[in-house]
Amino acid sequence: MPRFLSAHPDARLLPLPWGTPLAEWPAEHLVALPRGISRHVVRFIRVGHEVYAAKEVVEHLAMHEYRLLHDLMRLNTPAVEPMGVVTKRISADGEPLDPILITKHLQFSLPYRTLFSKGVRSDTVTRLLDAMVVLLARLHLIGFLWGDVSLSNTLFRRDASDFAAHLVDAETGEFHDQLSRGQREHDLEMARINLFGEFLDLEAGGMLDSALDPQELVETIVTRYRELWHELTGVEEFDGSQMHRIEGRVRRLNALGFDVAELDITTDIDGSTIRIQPKVVDAGHHSRRLMRLTGLDTEENQARRLLNDLDSYRARTGQQNLDESVVAHQWLTECFEPVLHLVPREYASKLEPAQVYHEMLDYRWYRSEAAGHEIPLLEATQGYVRDILSKLPDEELSVVRPPEPGQQRDYLASISAEPDADDLDDVPNFDDGWETGEEEDLPQEYLDMSAIRARAVRRSTPDQ
Amino acid sequence: MASVSYRDATRVYPGSDHAAVSELNLEIADGEFMVLVGPSGSGKSTALRMLAGLEEVTSGSVWIGDQDVTHLPPKDREIAMVFQNYALYPHMTVADNMGFALKMQNVPTEERNARVLEAAKLLGLEDYLDRKPKALSGGQRQRVAMGRAIVREPEVFLMDEPLSNLDAKLRVSTRTQIASLQTRLGITTVYVTHDQIEAMTLGDRVAVLEDGVLQQVDSPIALYDTPHNLFVASFIGSPSMNLLTGPTVEGGVQLGDWVVPVPREVLDRADPVAGVTLGVRPELLTLAEDDRGIAMTVAVVEELGSDSYLYGTPAAGILSSRQESGQLVARIAARRTPQRGDRLRLVVAPSDVHVFDNRSGLRIS
Repeated sequence: MPRFLSAHPDARLLPLPWGTPLAEWPAEHLVALPRGISRHVVRFIRVGHEVYAAKEVVEHLAMHEYRLLHDLMRLNTPAVEPMGVVTKRISADGEPLDPILITKHLQFSLPYRTLFSKGVRSDTVTRLLDAMVVLLARLHLIGFLWGDVSLSNTLFRRDASDFAAHLVDAETGEFHDQLSRGQREHDLEMARINLFGEFLDLEAGGMLDSALDPQELVETIVTRYRELWHELTGVEEFDGSQMHRIEGRVRRLNALGFDVAELDITTDIDGSTIRIQPKVVDAGHHSRRLMRLTGLDTEENQARRLLNDLDSYRARTGQQNLDESVVAHQWLTECFEPVLHLVPREYASKLEPAQVYHEMLDYRWYRSEAAGHEIPLLEATQGYVRDILSKLPDEELSVVRPPEPGQQRDYLASISAEPDADDLDDVPNFDDGWETGEEEDLPQEYLDMSAIRARAVRRSTPDQ
Repeated sequence: MASVSYRDATRVYPGSDHAAVSELNLEIADGEFMVLVGPSGSGKSTALRMLAGLEEVTSGSVWIGDQDVTHLPPKDREIAMVFQNYALYPHMTVADNMGFALKMQNVPTEERNARVLEAAKLLGLEDYLDRKPKALSGGQRQRVAMGRAIVREPEVFLMDEPLSNLDAKLRVSTRTQIASLQTRLGITTVYVTHDQIEAMTLGDRVAVLEDGVLQQVDSPIALYDTPHNLFVASFIGSPSMNLLTGPTVEGGVQLGDWVVPVPREVLDRADPVAGVTLGVRPELLTLAEDDRGIAMTVAVVEELGSDSYLYGTPAAGILSSRQESGQLVARIAARRTPQRGDRLRLVVAPSDVHVFDNRSGLRIS
């Protein structure tokens, strides 16, 4: 009997065919979503309305990753949510199967292969790379060494006009009290190599916009990371007459989406030189504030946009002196919720609510500019739904539709023919003789000293 | 290629009063396959990471060839962490999968192709260079991942528990590949594992660490035949060495009603109060021809080809508290296999007994 380890068990997972190798699961349980390149078998499984990612992997790695993802969640880091580990799997013929790590599928996430494809705008690429850099810096700030930094291990979500990157694979990750410079440099070097490989692969598959140069892209990541890290942690020294620079530094960090929890300020003996260095910075400056005021859980830039709208609502309604949380509640019931109520149910899978609101605000601004007067909120929403939203693809889940009766074969083909890691799932079973040899058998439970002695003799007499 | 040298290399984690690696002195020769082995927390991975540049060196230094690399960033150290990125890119050929990192370093095409071809020949992949990874077997894919490290022509290969993350099938082929690569390339390799059998099977020499301190570095045979201390004696070997204690008497050490002969000059080296521990490898115990020897009742018989392992409990007080299994084990030729429940006596030739001082734990024989 399989064994489930989970903090929040989903009982609907229990009846799934755990005794079958993941690669052979029947299509009725699967959803064809794009996957990154992985050396493990990965499938998306559907139970009810929920979609989970399942990865078949050796036990200690499954447990290691499950715990790391939990820690990342606890520390409020953008990463996929771990659901559980299924161990003690036994196949129909009695063979043990590797455990399966289950994570929640990140809704509204966009696979990188579609994001860098033909026709992509260069500022979009910059935003994607920035999102990746912010993720890496956030992980490094909390002492997380990622190891296998790559696009395959990252998912992107829309975040107002930018993107937010989420970690989806923590297999090689490690937590440390604080990362050394060498460890951060190592992650950065891994990012360079892996992303370069991934861009070349997209290029080889005709999926990379020809205007993009893989070399330039990876160098951008390194440069941007160093700039951001310096802003987040660097020492700044200035004259005692420039005390406003303390406030300036904090504001710059806030603008980047970080709160300063501890700022180390030292002065020399006569107070003429000030030295400041942020010691503890927490990401999510805007999203935390929005969450506190409204309970809305959004990405950082979406939060920034919504907070701006809240601030202008406050000014427009002349309530600057009222408690901020009271005004926030009013804004929620008079602006945010009415706008979303106007979105037809069938469009709910196209974009996240906060993203809809952000895009509606953009739409309203352009329409108001054109009209020469402010378009009312609900009128703008109706226009946005009609002109823009209705024409967008569903992004909640980029699924190949489940089969109609008689189309099972096509559906199976679509699962195995998806553009990503599928190509490597199927391992041909042939042998070129390289893996067979005198040392074919793994050392088992016992140490075979006679074999080791024989080897030593062979090596000392190479002629024979 | 190059030698590697740890010189009093120490790593103390911030906030810790205990060194994760303490004054490590280790010389690894050019082309040598060195395995660092030890239990969890022994400092083996930290030592490897100090060489890789991932852990800062608190004091002492680390050298690659004649260069002090203690403060160099990882990418400037001419090292390659093998099996660090396994991902094969499905749209790229085997050749491109192996050589893409050279492209990033702006290595000219001609040289890149030459290095890829050379690595492919070493790895038996030259006939597959134009293929896509899809058309490769699992073992061949692993070799492509190794090829990535080889084409970079590093001074040193580093491998951190490379087998532990693989499924059983790939583990077999990968271990064989690593062994073959060592023979064919002769490149300096530092390999970390917690598995002493893996260490003994792969290493030219094996460095045993415990609690951040190097216990012994030697060839597998020397580690097995002459362990320097009780830790190495009990850590190396599977089943592990029997560790026995008893009072020192005239002519040897008393084990139950049998006195194991130990020369006087050996016993004189021991702490007179703490006494000695005797170590005996299971395969060097034999069934007694008469009523002399360590008396034991057989609890478990495990047959293994031409030999059998006998497990049992001898008289109280004979087994050292270090013997975690709590049982004596002997490897006996199968044609004479006793049965479970049999009472028998086991003897050992005096020359096959290892003697350790209980106070220092050091070998004195």
